[in-house]
This record gives sequence, structure tokens and C-alpha cells, in this order.
Amino acid sequence: MTYSGWLYDLLLIGTLLWLAVRILAEAKLFKAVVLYIAFGLLVALAWVRLAAPDIALAEAAIGAGITGALLLDAVGHMRGRAAPYPSDEPVGGAPAAPREEGGAGG
Amino acid sequence: MSQTDIYTLAGAALFVIGLYGLITRPHLIHKILALNIMSGGVFLVFVGIARRVMSPDPDPLPHAMVLTGIVVTVSSTAYALALAKRIYSETGMAALDAPDVIEEPEASSG
Amino acid sequence: MASVMPKSPRSVRLAAAALCAGFGALLVRAVLAIPEDHPGLAPVVAERIAESGVEHAVTAVLLNFRSYDTLLEIAVLVLATIGVLSIAGSHSSVWAPVAEEADPVLSALARLLAPFMVLASGYLLWAGEHAPGGAFQAGSVLGAAGVLLALSGYARPAWVSRFGLRVVISVGLIVFLAIAVGVMFLGGALLEYPDGYAKALVLIVETWLTVSIGAILVSLFIASASPIEELRARAGDGR
Repeated sequence: MTYSGWLYDLLLIGTLLWLAVRILAEAKLFKAVVLYIAFGLLVALAWVRLAAPDIALAEAAIGAGITGALLLDAVGHMRGRAAPYPSDEPVGGAPAAPREEGGAGG
Repeated sequence: MSQTDIYTLAGAALFVIGLYGLITRPHLIHKILALNIMSGGVFLVFVGIARRVMSPDPDPLPHAMVLTGIVVTVSSTAYALALAKRIYSETGMAALDAPDVIEEPEASSG
Repeated sequence: MASVMPKSPRSVRLAAAALCAGFGALLVRAVLAIPEDHPGLAPVVAERIAESGVEHAVTAVLLNFRSYDTLLEIAVLVLATIGVLSIAGSHSSVWAPVAEEADPVLSALARLLAPFMVLASGYLLWAGEHAPGGAFQAGSVLGAAGVLLALSGYARPAWVSRFGLRVVISVGLIVFLAIAVGVMFLGGALLEYPDGYAKALVLIVETWLTVSIGAILVSLFIASASPIEELRARAGDGR
């Protein structure tokens, strides 16, 4: 295998792992879901690299498309709050800006 | 260790990351996302193992099972999301456990 | 910087981290312990693929060699759809018959794309016989087309009745089950296609599976999704 192949694989895998951590560390659900959609598309690339075009086809349509649409709808339904309990609702209802997660994905 | 083995190992790592998120994140959407990441990890392990053979073509059996798994995952995700939304509209909460597990805000960035 | 991200107590997180680390180590060990010097099942599949009725190995495994997996899978899909429809209740927008007024650009784009997606779905179904493709991919493209139409404001046309929708959702499972049991009367075991009929039976099953999977994916989305006017009202919330 070539060096560029290794580079591509390592880059792809690194991005996948980093995205997985970011998805779960992200306080804003909407962002987490958008990252998940990106994750699904990159997984489809991994299937191509693994010589599994059948799976890549299904993943691109389902993993990124339909699952993403379902998740986005659910997030909208739950007002996109990271806080799972009503008492955590910031005063005024709107999700406050300081909710932004500051640290690097960890 | 071959080039495809790093995908297998990445699948194992994704599974573990998802498992940690599933346990520690209280929000139901986070839990569902964690489950999806875990299943992605399982699929990567399966397809990685399918390449761990001598023959030039990958083993078609894990491929077929992963294809089945992807479709089952989306249907269970839809079901889980429907349940989560129902829980939210009935109780106003998006978590299963009582609110007393909420933690003190983190002192420093991680 | 303070993070307001709700977290479990530190003890739970530590215990979870320890559990995950241990589990991960075991998983890596198990994966690397799998021998690399075996041929796998590809030669076995290649040897008997002529009997399966199709030329593509993955399709042969899915629809013939391990078709009971696929049979149970479509059963799971139908059950999940029944579950989502029950949770969503009768006010669910899947039963709303009238198409609503939609964003003109979005609906025009959807009108343009939907026929091509149906065409792509048909192609994938046909290609699955000898190349990557098949009922699952075709069904998911069909489902994605439906989700696109639903998001653009198109709802179920009035001529599709509630009963009709239920029939389309379950037709794949019914046809598959009928064929699975039917071949037993011809002397075979469950799902053992008789010689010479494999291709025709696989094609019939795949076609109806495609239709059902597409309908199921659309129903899963529409049934659980909020009504379109609620979506539009929320769009102004700044998310």
C-alpha cells in the first residue's frame, strides 16, 4: 500500500474519532446532530476504503440522510436544549450564548 | 498488522467512545447519538474483519450483516426518538433519571 | 471556562471510564487474535453463487444463503414502524392526506429530484443482481426521496388510504414470508428455493422489499416528525 493511502486512512480515522468525541462532548444538541451527519458521511468513505461499496451506498442514504433528518426533528422538538431538566432552563427561554463549550473536545 | 486493521481498531475505539457517552450523558438525544456511534463502531469492526482474509475479495458475509444492521439501526433510532419525544412531551424532561445527578459546573476547561 | 454541560457525578464518570478502557482493551485483543491466514467465506460463496440466482456475492448472501437474516430484519422494520405509529398516535402527520403549501424553491427542487431518485432506486435494485446494490440500497434511496418530499411540504396523496399505507409497509414481509413458507410445500426447507426458481423468487422478494423499505423509512420519518407548520414556526427560533 502507498504512503498516500496510509495518510488518507489515518486522516479519515482520526477525523472519525475526533468527531465521535465532539458529538458526545457538544453541549448544543443541534451542533451535535450536524456533526453526527458529517460523521455518517465520513463513515461512508470508510466503507469505500474497506472495499464495501454495498454498505457505502446504504450508509450514505440512511446513516447521513434519514437518521440525520430524524435527529434534527427530535432536537427541534426538544427545543435544542443540552439541559435535560426543566429547572435548567435559562431565564427568558432562549438558549444563552455562554452555553458554548469552550474546551477542546475531551 | 495490515492497513485495514486500523479501521478495525478504530471501530473498537468508536464503540468504547460511544459506550462512555451512553453511560455518562443524561440527555436522551445524546444517548441515542452514542448508540449510533457504537453501532458504527461495531460495523467498522465487522467490515474490518471481513478484510482479514487471505483471499483477494473481502468476506461477503459480514458485509451482508452490516447492511442489515444499518437498516435495523435506523429503525431502532426512529423508535427511540419517538419514545424520547413522547417522554419529553409527557414529563418535560429529556432524561430518564432524577435531576439530582446534575453536576457542579466544571471549574476548568477540559 | 465553565461548561454548563450536564454530566454524571465524577464517581460515575470514573467508573464508566474504567469500564470502557477495560472493555476496549479486551475488544482490541479479541480483534487482533483473529487469524489472518484463513480464506474466509468468500471462496465458499463464490463456489455456490451459481445456485443463488444472482451474481453479486453480497446480494446472494442477503437474499439466499442467509435470507432468514433478511426476513427477520424486515420483520424488525415493520415492528418498529408499528411502534412509532402507535407512539405518535392518530394525530401523527403520516395520516394527514392534504399536501400543504410549501416553500416554492424547495418544492420545485423536490419535484425535480424525486423522479430521478425513484429512477436511481430502480437502477440500484436492478444492479444488485450483479454489482453493488440491491433491495436495501434501493429502498433507502426511495425512503430518502420520500423524506425529501415530506420536508418540502408534500404529504401523503389523498388516494393512498390508511389501509393502503399499512399494506405497503407490510407487503415486503408478507411476500417474503409467503415465499419462505411456500417453498416448503415444494419439498424444501424454510427459505430453500427450488432449483431453477431462485432467480425469479429473489427478484420478487427484492422488489417488494424495496417498496416496503422505502415506505417504512418514509413512515418512520413522517410519523415521528412534527407537523410541518410546527417545523416552520420553529425555524424562526434561530437554531
